[in-house]
Amino acid sequence: MIRALHRWPGLVALILVTVLALSGAALSVFPAAERLAAPQPVAGQSVADLAARVAASHPGLEEIRRSPSGTITAWWFDGGKPGSAVIDPATGVTVGSADPNPVERWLTNLHRSLFLGDAGRLVMAAEAAAMLVLALSGAALVARRTGGWRRWFARLRGPLAGRLHVELARVAVLGLALSAATALWMTASTFDLLPDGAVRPADPAAVSGQMAFPLDRMAALRDVPVDGLRKLGFPYAGDAQDVFTLSTDAGTGLIDQGTGDLVSWSALTPWQQVSETIYMLHTGQGAAVLGLILGLIALSVPVMGVTGALIWVAGRRGRPRLRDNAPAGRADTVILVGSEGGSTWGFAATLARALKDAGQAVHIGPMSAFDPARHPRADRILILAATYGEGDAPASAKGFLDRLAQMTAAPAASLAVLGFGDRSFPAFCAYAAQIEAAARAKGWTPLLPMDTVDRQSPQDFARWGRALGQALGLTLDLNHQPDRPAADSLTLLSRRDYGEAVQAPTAILRFALPKASFWARLTGRGFARFQAGDLLGILPQGSAVPRFYSLASGSRDGFVEIVVKKHPGGLCSGQLLALDPGDRVQAFVRRNPGFHAGRGRAPLILIGAGTGIGPLAGIIRANARRRPVHLVFGLRDPDSDFLYRDDLTAWTAQGRLARLSTAVSRAARPRYVQDALRAEAAQVAEAIRGGAKVMVCGGRDMAQGVASALEDILAPMGLTPAMLKAGGRYVEDVY
Amino acid sequence: MKSLLATLALTTALTLPGLASARPVTLTTTLNSYGGDGAYLALYVTDASGAYVGSLWMAGGKSKYYEHLSDWYAATRGDLAQINGITGASVGAGRTLEITLDLADALFDAGYTLHIDAAVEDMRDSPNEIAVPLTAAGAGTPVPGRRYIASFTYK
Repeated sequence: MIRALHRWPGLVALILVTVLALSGAALSVFPAAERLAAPQPVAGQSVADLAARVAASHPGLEEIRRSPSGTITAWWFDGGKPGSAVIDPATGVTVGSADPNPVERWLTNLHRSLFLGDAGRLVMAAEAAAMLVLALSGAALVARRTGGWRRWFARLRGPLAGRLHVELARVAVLGLALSAATALWMTASTFDLLPDGAVRPADPAAVSGQMAFPLDRMAALRDVPVDGLRKLGFPYAGDAQDVFTLSTDAGTGLIDQGTGDLVSWSALTPWQQVSETIYMLHTGQGAAVLGLILGLIALSVPVMGVTGALIWVAGRRGRPRLRDNAPAGRADTVILVGSEGGSTWGFAATLARALKDAGQAVHIGPMSAFDPARHPRADRILILAATYGEGDAPASAKGFLDRLAQMTAAPAASLAVLGFGDRSFPAFCAYAAQIEAAARAKGWTPLLPMDTVDRQSPQDFARWGRALGQALGLTLDLNHQPDRPAADSLTLLSRRDYGEAVQAPTAILRFALPKASFWARLTGRGFARFQAGDLLGILPQGSAVPRFYSLASGSRDGFVEIVVKKHPGGLCSGQLLALDPGDRVQAFVRRNPGFHAGRGRAPLILIGAGTGIGPLAGIIRANARRRPVHLVFGLRDPDSDFLYRDDLTAWTAQGRLARLSTAVSRAARPRYVQDALRAEAAQVAEAIRGGAKVMVCGGRDMAQGVASALEDILAPMGLTPAMLKAGGRYVEDVY
Repeated sequence: MKSLLATLALTTALTLPGLASARPVTLTTTLNSYGGDGAYLALYVTDASGAYVGSLWMAGGKSKYYEHLSDWYAATRGDLAQINGITGASVGAGRTLEITLDLADALFDAGYTLHIDAAVEDMRDSPNEIAVPLTAAGAGTPVPGRRYIASFTYK
């Protein structure tokens, strides 16, 4: 809801709000320029003194005004000709022209009415309202993204456009909300919707009828400092009945020209005072620095408009376009999708199409938007959920379990859960299993028992479809061919071979970094932005299913590097290890933010065996800030499969690697990484006490060995691996 | 160019009962190119003693700015009933406002004076831009204003 409230006004108002912001930013310069150009004020000068000096050098003086920036202007009518000029308050003489700046006029009219009079004013007011809605809904979105209002300035991840949008927004939102709210107030005032009109002082019953009382001795003017002056109107020449009209920051008064006494007074109403303050806040007239700040902030609006549109486009691309998605309120079947990389959306779309062909009204949406109240007519809810990491919610399912837990009763519609995952991982479909368990605990009526789809298997999916069809009394034929992800062609630059002698042929493959389009750089997609620990998906010839390898380089290194071991009979590893420099493979990047080193200065304990050193080596290579890194590396034989041996020596010399421990498994006394870890328990414990982050990459057996060794090392400190994991200080990339 | 016909029989005190004693008068106000936004103009009549008699036209739609037409505002205390039905848009720099209305014959050669107050945003107020006695002989003679009005003619 908040997102829709943010997205639509944003897209619709993009152009006009940009005009509004840019013209506003340009206008913000004028009060500051005027302030700088204004002649120096005279400290403690009274209006009486000023008026006397100006009148002495300007016969026929009619009016003196002081602008909020301090510029004094005089108007006179002499010898049948009107004149006006900027005045030096010290001498009362003319120092410059008082004609309004035509550029400022032009900009002002563009800014407030697009040169379209009242209709334009209303359009621009609507834009200001849109900006206010954007600022408020945007603030709520920032708080949601960073994890709460207190974490307003928390560090951001993700593609450049999204980060830029939020980085700017969290600085600018207050200023933009202020500009927009004050604009609406000023529009209301312009259209007489506020009781902030001027109150004219009552006419005096009688005036002295005298004239030519010396200005510098007028009591009513001597008491008023020039700082508080707005305007002093002179009586008509020769009209003894006329009076001086004095406007100050406190109100307006009439002064008898024959006595110099105040004969009538009306103070500013509270409404007027509020309106004047708001005018000052909006225009910077009288608050030039604030005006400049608001102007600078306004410059962020076009940038946020463009990046916001990019975010919207990127978000739409992530999901398959579904034709005729039934409205949430009218659907009898609701499909909720929990997807990390987007492939589950493809399955959901196939399912929706088949159900629609069978005559169902189907609504498809992300699990994060789960709200049974939106689907009053739904008979069944089908959840298609992938799993992120070790049983965590995937991106489009964030918050689902919390929302389910908060519900007092299970939804009336029945439920079927289908998990998507990879059986080679221990947490296979763990998130889907959590949903199933939570639903059972709530007493949610099952339509089908939970089922799973292994590695995007079309067969598994079709089988589940038949079971679903049976439960519904329909014939459902689910024929889903996963889309091949958009891949780039990578050219092999070089390969370094290891492990032949220990029957574990392994190679470090370095590919040229493909050229990223400007669009990709801006949105941080594809090969434009990745780091060690992200995944490289390789599409082997003869298979539509990608195989993933941990990246041993980042985009800043200027190349794409992975470490591959040949698996007996392995399709993809066989093809990769057969590559010669110049050969090409089809590949794409998938982000893996859970296995990034992060930015802090805390020590890193990197633990890996075999090809698991790949991402760890990439992290060390990128450690230009010399964060203390301790690498624990498990290998078979130092003479055969000591991957990155020379690099590690060089990185140690450069300070990128502080400490290297190796565990050799094919030796007289075989040692594994967990043994090395235990041998250095004291140093490891010390580092963890100092806030170290532990990153483990390699086979599952190794990871389990490391976990139990860490458990022993942590126990004396009253810590467990699970506690470190919860704090993001213990992460694994296990295969 | 604006050409308006306003019948003031119901709206102001300037007409006597019966149109037989009134005649159509065209008031033409041409503004200078003073380089600002549209001007607010108040056209009104005072009697021989300088007392306000009634308004003929108000060019400018937002009543909150009427205080800048300071003589008119002082005379009427900003009473909007005075200009009910005889209000039009403000007049741009260099443009001409032309109004045709029926004025009572008795207003001519009887000491009445036609005034125009003018005001422009962010520029100085100019009350009493024009003060021209209403006489049969003066009809058709252009009168220059003080600041914003290049010429004013009635006939």
